[in-house]
Amino acid sequence: MSSPCRASLALAAVALLGGCDREERDSRGQPVTETVPAGATADTIYPGGPSGSTVTLSPKAAAYENNAYHIAQGQQLYGQMNCVGCHAHGGGGMGPALIDDEWRYGGRIEQIATTIVEGRPNGMPSFRGKLTDTQIWELAAYVRAMSGQVRKDAVGARTDEPSNTPPLTQTRREPIVPGEDATP
Amino acid sequence: MAGAVRWRLAALFICTLLATPAFAQTGAVTARSVAQADNGNWEMPGKNVAATRFSAMREITPANVRNLRVAFTASTGINRGHEAPPLVIGGTMYLVTPFPNKLIALDLTKPGAPTKWVFNPKPPTAAQGVACCDVVNRGAVYANGRLFFNTLDGRTVAVDARSGKLAWQTKLGDIQRGETMTMAPTVANGKVIVGNSGGEMGVRGWIAALDTGSGRVVWKAFNTGPDKDVLIGPRFRPFYAMDRGKDLGVKTWPPGAWKIGGGSVWGWVSYDPQLRLIYYGTGNPGPWNPEQRPGDNKWTTGVFARDVDTGQAVWFYQSTPHDLYDHDDINEIILVDMPVAKRMRPVLLRPARNGFFYVHDRRTGQLLSAKPYSYMNVAKGIDPHTGRLIPVPEKEPKVGRVVRNICPAAPGAKDWNPAAFSPITGVVYIPHINLCMDMGALEANYIAGTPYVGADVKMYAGPGGNRGVFTAWDPVHARKVWEFKEDLPLWSPALATAGGLVFYGTMDGWFKAIDQRNGKLVWQFKTGSGIIGQPISYRGPDGHQYVAVMSGVGGWAGAIVAGKLDPRDGTAALGFVNAMKDLPARTDAGGMLYVFTLPR
Repeated sequence: MSSPCRASLALAAVALLGGCDREERDSRGQPVTETVPAGATADTIYPGGPSGSTVTLSPKAAAYENNAYHIAQGQQLYGQMNCVGCHAHGGGGMGPALIDDEWRYGGRIEQIATTIVEGRPNGMPSFRGKLTDTQIWELAAYVRAMSGQVRKDAVGARTDEPSNTPPLTQTRREPIVPGEDATP
Repeated sequence: MAGAVRWRLAALFICTLLATPAFAQTGAVTARSVAQADNGNWEMPGKNVAATRFSAMREITPANVRNLRVAFTASTGINRGHEAPPLVIGGTMYLVTPFPNKLIALDLTKPGAPTKWVFNPKPPTAAQGVACCDVVNRGAVYANGRLFFNTLDGRTVAVDARSGKLAWQTKLGDIQRGETMTMAPTVANGKVIVGNSGGEMGVRGWIAALDTGSGRVVWKAFNTGPDKDVLIGPRFRPFYAMDRGKDLGVKTWPPGAWKIGGGSVWGWVSYDPQLRLIYYGTGNPGPWNPEQRPGDNKWTTGVFARDVDTGQAVWFYQSTPHDLYDHDDINEIILVDMPVAKRMRPVLLRPARNGFFYVHDRRTGQLLSAKPYSYMNVAKGIDPHTGRLIPVPEKEPKVGRVVRNICPAAPGAKDWNPAAFSPITGVVYIPHINLCMDMGALEANYIAGTPYVGADVKMYAGPGGNRGVFTAWDPVHARKVWEFKEDLPLWSPALATAGGLVFYGTMDGWFKAIDQRNGKLVWQFKTGSGIIGQPISYRGPDGHQYVAVMSGVGGWAGAIVAGKLDPRDGTAALGFVNAMKDLPARTDAGGMLYVFTLPR
C-alpha cells in the first residue's frame, strides 16, 4: 500500500473518531410532544414591542438545527414530500429560492417550521397532517441548512439527487436577517 | 359558407400576389390560408381559427419599416411573464395580464389610449403555488360583444366588451388538485373551448366546451381514462393502428395511473368551420419519470380532432407515445390547404415540441410528412407505415442514472410560442429554441396539489452554442427556406404581415422585424423588459396600420427573472435556470404594452 493511501486512511480514521463525538442525538426519536409554535411570526417587528432583536430560539430548535441525523432525515423528506418540485435544489421554481438570502416568511427554524405546517398565502401549501412534528422540525432544519446556516460537519458532503448540484458543505452562508448575524 | 369564405380568401390572396413583389422573388406559392378575411381587428390570439397569425395590413413594409416608432405605451403594473397578445376590436384594445389576470380596456380613439375600464377577476393568491412555469396567461378571445378568458384559479369568465362587467363565470379547475388554467380559449360555433394546465402536478387533462351565452358546460372530454370519459364513440377512426383499441386511456397505463396522468390542454385550439372539427394537442404524461408509467400513456402527447358540437373524438394521432422528456404536444395547429402529390388537400401544420414539423390531412389524421425542423438526437424518425416515433434507446432516462445530452430538452425544439404562416410566401415562420439537457429520473410521490415530476434536469445550449433559432419552413416541400440563430431562446410568437414582414421579440427586450423573403433584420426596438408576448397588427381608428406587443419577461424560460430564482442551482425552474444564468444581467421584469406605427 502506498504511503499517500495509508496517510489518507489514517486521516479518515481520525475523521471517523472525530465524528463519534461531534454531536448527540436521541436515536430513539424522543417524541416532540408539543406542536410547532403556531405563533412564530415572519418578522421581528411588533408594534409597541421591545426595541432590538426579539429572537428567542425555542429549546426544541437547538435539538434539530445543527444535528447531522435530523438534517439528513430532512433532506430525504425534502425530496419525498415534493418540496424539490417547487423549490428545486434550493434555486426555486414555482416557489422561491431557498439558498439565497431572502426569506419571505423568516429564515429562523421556528419560522420555517411554521411555514411548512401552516402554509403561506402566495402558494406555499400547508403540510399539516402529512408530517409528524419531528419530521417538520427535521425538514425545517434541512431547509435552513440549504443557505449555509449550519456547521459544515453537520451537513452531507454529497447530494442525493442525480443532477449533482453542489453539496451543502460547499454552500455559502447567507445572512438570515439583514444586519443580524445568523446562529453559528 | 366556409367554402365561400375560402374562395373570397383565394381572391384576396390573388390580389395580394399581384400587389406584392415578394411573390415574384420567392417562386411558387403553394400553401394557401383557409382563414377568414381580415377586418383590421385582432380578435383572438391566433388571428383566426386557422391560427395563421397573418395580418392583411400592408402599410408597413421592408422599405419603410426603419421609420417605425412608438405610438403609445401602457404599464400593467405586474412583474410576471406577459405571454398574452393585445386584442383590438373597433376602437378598443384589451389586455389580459398574468396573475391576477386583470382585463384592461384601452380607448384607442383618444390620444395616448387612456384606460376605459379594468376588470379584476380576483383569483386567490394560493393559485400561484400550483402554476408550473410562472403565472402566465396566454390571452383572451372576443366573440359576440364579449371577451372570454381563463383565470389561474381555474375559471372561465365572460366579460361584456363595452362595459367591462362580468357576464358569466364557470368554475372548471381545482387548485387543490394542482389544476390551473393558462391557455387562451377558442370560440367555435357558439362555444368557448377551454382546457386545464397542470401536467407537472399530476392532474388529469381535459377539454371543455362552454356555451358562449350562458357559460353552461356543453361537453367535457378527458384525455385519459375510459372511452366514455374521453368521448370516444362510433365516430372515432384514428388513421394508425397504434391509436385504435378499446379504453386505451386505461390500458396503456399502470393500474389507476391515468387518474393522475396529465395530458392537459394548456396550448392552442384550432377550428375548421367546414368540417366542424376542432383540433388541439394534449400535454405530457405525468410524472416525467417514465419508469413509473410503462405503456403508451394514451391520450397524452398527441393530437385530437373532435366534433365541435358534441366533443366526440373523430381522430387522434400520438406524436410521442410514452413520452420520455416532457414533450407536450400542445403547440399551435395551423390550418391551410396545400398540394400533396399535385392534389390540393386540407391539411394541418404542426411545428411540434418533439422537433418534427408534421403535416396531416385534417379530415383523417393521416400523416403526409414529418421532418425535423430543429436539431435532435433522441428520435431517429417516424415510421411512415405505423406513424410511430422511433426513439433512440440509449437516451431513455432511467432511475438512478443521468442521461446526458438529450436534444431537444424538456421545452422541446419549440415550446408554446406559435409560428406564423404567410400566404404571400407560403412559408411558416417558426421562432424556436436550441436546448439540450441532462436528465436523471427519480421516484415521484403523488401528493395532491404538489409537483409530480420525478426528474432532475439541467439544460444548456445545443450544438452551435445559440439557445434560439428562427426557421422559415416550406411545408409543401418539407424543407428549410432559411434560418438564423438567436442567442437567447425564442419564447415570443411570430406575426406575419401582408407588407412582407415578420415580427417577433427576444428575451432581452428587442422587438424585431425581419423580411419574409430572406430573414434579414430590417428594424428593431429595445423595450423595457424581455419579450415573450404575442405580437399583433391592426388597423387603428385613424385607418393606419399598427403593430403591438407586450413586453414583460417571465414564463418557464424567464422564471429566473420573474421568480428571482438563484442561478447557483441549475436545476431551478425544472432545469431551465441552468441555461439562463445570464438573463438577470440582461433584463428585468415589468409588464408594458408597446404600440408602434409609421410617422405621419
